[in-house]
Amino acid sequence: MTGHQLLFSIFALTTCGGALAVVLSQNVVRMAFWLIISLGASAGLFFLLNADFVGTAQLLVYVGGTLVLLVFGVMLTASGPFSDFKTRPGETFMAGIVALSLLLMMVFTVCSVDWKKVVAATNQGVPISTAQSVATGFNDSEEGNTARPLGMALLGIRVDHGIDSGANANRIGYLLPFEIASMHLLVVLIGAAYLARAKRRVQEI
Amino acid sequence: MDLNCSLFVGAVLFVAGVVCMATKRNGIGVLMGVELVLNAANLNFVAFANYTRLGLDGQVFSLFVIVLAAAEAAVALAIALSFYNNHLTIDVDKANQLQG
Repeated sequence: MTGHQLLFSIFALTTCGGALAVVLSQNVVRMAFWLIISLGASAGLFFLLNADFVGTAQLLVYVGGTLVLLVFGVMLTASGPFSDFKTRPGETFMAGIVALSLLLMMVFTVCSVDWKKVVAATNQGVPISTAQSVATGFNDSEEGNTARPLGMALLGIRVDHGIDSGANANRIGYLLPFEIASMHLLVVLIGAAYLARAKRRVQEI
Repeated sequence: MDLNCSLFVGAVLFVAGVVCMATKRNGIGVLMGVELVLNAANLNFVAFANYTRLGLDGQVFSLFVIVLAAAEAAVALAIALSFYNNHLTIDVDKANQLQG
């Protein structure tokens, strides 16, 4: 077992265990804690899958931003003494059966596909010409090093398909979805601030 | 490590998220289930980007998924806070005013 496999196993077990603990724990603060564990370990999986920028974004946005938001939500909606959030045992049993069958279905589906054949079939497209002069960084291009190609792709230039205009003409980057996502974030955050504002009660004099 | 291991981890995350969405009665717990499901999709995108010809496109898609998940969490938390301000609870079973 190489170091890569060992790290992958550790991160995969932590991710799955954290997700199961999120489901099984009843206290919402503990659920948030296990969610942090699970998402952080899956960021480690992203690093192992040569997606260093996505892993970093996962750590920054999810663990740093979204989870803090969730914890604030937990704090601001403290449940009263009369609220009972326990699920009944029958519901838990049924959910376990459904979850197990769903998981088995997906595992059998994954196992029944010959992925090598699929990969070989999709490899018959246009050849990739990696423009090493633009895409090089401090590491080998095989080991992650995706920040600069990702940034160029979000600007509409596909470095990974070659920067000559012939190969790049029909391969449009992601400039338009990037702009749409930024406008979407602006609209969504304004809407969230409007929804969650402190409402002033009208006081009758 | 091949593609199957990553897909198995993604499947476990997805199932955990779906069960979390279905069984939790706390609104914040439902949100955490949604985050788990989106993270499973992210993991599959990145795994296919690494092992197939999907390449950089999968990573770009997972970046968009992360951004949209953050936006979704913000709006859903705002809705949860507004619901809590009106009903003084966050039990999703109490949100039945639209029931006919």
